[in-house]
Amino acid sequence: MIWILIALPAICGVLVFLPLIGRLTRTILVGAAAAHLSLVLLIWIARMVDVTPLLATTGLPTGALSIPMEAAGGWLGIDHLSLLVLTISSLLFMGASLYSLGYLGPERKQRIKALTDELHVNNQPDAMFAACLLMFLSATTVVATARHLGILWVAVEATTLATTPLIYFHRNRHSLEAAWKYLLLCSVGIAMALLGNFFLAVATAQGSGGELELLLPELQRHAGSMSPNWLRAAFLLMLVGYGTKMGLAPMHAWLPDAHSEAPSPVSALLSGALLNCAFLAILRMLGVLDAAEMGDFGRKMLVGFGLLSMLWAAAMLIFQTDFKRMLAYSSVEHMGILALGAGIGGIAATGSMFHALNHSLTKAALFLVAGNILARYKTKNIPDVRGLLSTMRGDAVLWIAGILAITGAPPFGLFTSELMILRGIVSDGHWIIAVAFLLALAIAFASMLWTLTRMTWGKVPEGIQLQDSSIRSMFSSSVPAVLLAGVLALGIWTADPVWRVVQAAAAVIGGNGGAQ
Amino acid sequence: MQALTELLAIVMILLNFRLLGGSRLKACIQALAIQALVLNILPVLANFSRDPWVITLVIGSTLIKAVLLPALLMQAINKTGVTNEVKPIIGYTRSLLIGAAMLALCALASRALKVPFSDAEQLLVPVSLFTILTGAFLLVARRKAINQVLGFLVLENGVYLFGVTFAVSEPWLVQMGVLLDVLAAVFIMGIIIYHINREFGDIDIDRLSNLKD
Repeated sequence: MIWILIALPAICGVLVFLPLIGRLTRTILVGAAAAHLSLVLLIWIARMVDVTPLLATTGLPTGALSIPMEAAGGWLGIDHLSLLVLTISSLLFMGASLYSLGYLGPERKQRIKALTDELHVNNQPDAMFAACLLMFLSATTVVATARHLGILWVAVEATTLATTPLIYFHRNRHSLEAAWKYLLLCSVGIAMALLGNFFLAVATAQGSGGELELLLPELQRHAGSMSPNWLRAAFLLMLVGYGTKMGLAPMHAWLPDAHSEAPSPVSALLSGALLNCAFLAILRMLGVLDAAEMGDFGRKMLVGFGLLSMLWAAAMLIFQTDFKRMLAYSSVEHMGILALGAGIGGIAATGSMFHALNHSLTKAALFLVAGNILARYKTKNIPDVRGLLSTMRGDAVLWIAGILAITGAPPFGLFTSELMILRGIVSDGHWIIAVAFLLALAIAFASMLWTLTRMTWGKVPEGIQLQDSSIRSMFSSSVPAVLLAGVLALGIWTADPVWRVVQAAAAVIGGNGGAQ
Repeated sequence: MQALTELLAIVMILLNFRLLGGSRLKACIQALAIQALVLNILPVLANFSRDPWVITLVIGSTLIKAVLLPALLMQAINKTGVTNEVKPIIGYTRSLLIGAAMLALCALASRALKVPFSDAEQLLVPVSLFTILTGAFLLVARRKAINQVLGFLVLENGVYLFGVTFAVSEPWLVQMGVLLDVLAAVFIMGIIIYHINREFGDIDIDRLSNLKD
């Protein structure tokens, strides 16, 4: 099962380069996305539905319909945390690939001019785009299911490599700069995480006589006998390394550039799927610390980085004049919230997991809508974008809903999850953290709402030529609409299976509690 | 064996100083290649095993780190025509002095990090830390994009040295994956450098400063 999830997108990613099949690039992209999503849903069903009575009536032996949740001798496996991250990635990938159907078509005309260099061996630009997207999905699946910290590292680095060409998709100076910063900073960051892996291996050699393989269950079983100093150093290196990839301040320098210069469906995937993957890597290491009863040390670090990211991002949001950068900084802020929630633990950890789901759906929707606005106004400059309600009513409504949701206004899901995290902070008596948390949220709320009012109302400024939105397809607005409807639904009434998976995922990192 | 290990450790340190003080890119790339070669001899000395996978891994990583990666960088130099860096952000003399300070710092820091192995291997802790710091320093102190890739590779070498010496139980599949990731990363970096050169007519990363708040 896991093998299919990993191999399917990877094989499709190679297929699109073949000359004859290449014509079907978009079909393959969407087909692979749909197949991946349906397999993930199948795992959900297998988790939720008890098939034993059904098997009894048909006379099949028990276990005939069960889906194996492990592969490669325990190196890959699906626990609830994996399932949560996997579901988010798969859902967003489906949305992004549908969206890019409309997005890719006409833009191809502009790109053909820039396509005289030899970088593209294949003369179908869509093939490169689709291949990188599919490789990204494959690598993400490995990250989500990895139980071996070495494999986890290899896969996280692979996500960097797969997304770099996507960021340089527009082939201009800005996207070049963004891609360079992204690749270099993340590679260096990730190299630190690799050193962390090696430190961990040394830590295991301390008590048990020999080194252990970096398999999570093994590590957790023997955590008690590890050398505390090496373990602490290993965690710090991984936090800094994967934290760079997650966009925690002060290692976030690449994030606003990459997210604002990438094509919108890619930005949506970067913010919604990629950042969670890096967070997952940190959480896996936190699990090892927990088993060694040093979780408090790790949690304090997470709280520190989380608060710093929230405050830093809030400060950057105030004078932001580029609406895609605004969304990017908002991602830094929300990664801070995730780290903070996981660091506080208890109900806040549950809130953090729920928040990851809510944030990914909302931010992806916002980036997609931002893509629509960008295509119509041909600018990312906030003062030049006015009168959205009069020029593109449907997208304006989505933009309003999305911004309200991302700033934590009720009744959207983010309100619920932020409230849970706040409850966790307050019930532990961390008043200073609570004040800083609320301050950052308030600044972000005020500045994003101010931007929202400037963009939606008023008249289109003179000198701005509205482009006919030829890139629009039936999915340009419907995909973000569906995503936002999902966030709304999560806020009003969280379906029981979703809630159970969120709670179980939080339990993996030592969280508990949280009534529906 | 012990004497040879110590000798090679000193060679590693000297190569780092060569990288810190060298302005000619080709000489730096040669230093990088020699460093990669030394890197692959050290673990063989430290815990020699005739396991087929250990030998395969050593050959594979020598091939990638000492031949393929330097070749990729050489190709980038030839394509862009940039042969040396005249005005680095931090000058070469000062770089060497900072390098000496970093070495002292690493020697001090590694006292706190006692490895649960023999003394001969303990010596490699400061050496790998120093290599990592040298790489990080090159990343921030040099302007040319190729030099930055060089810095990344030196840093990666330091991490790798630590890994092959101490994290011996890392399965070969993972090690190979790590190597391939680095190879692919440098390959993509080479392509981007080529594009930077074409767009800006130069590969000074100073020019990459349009995106800011």
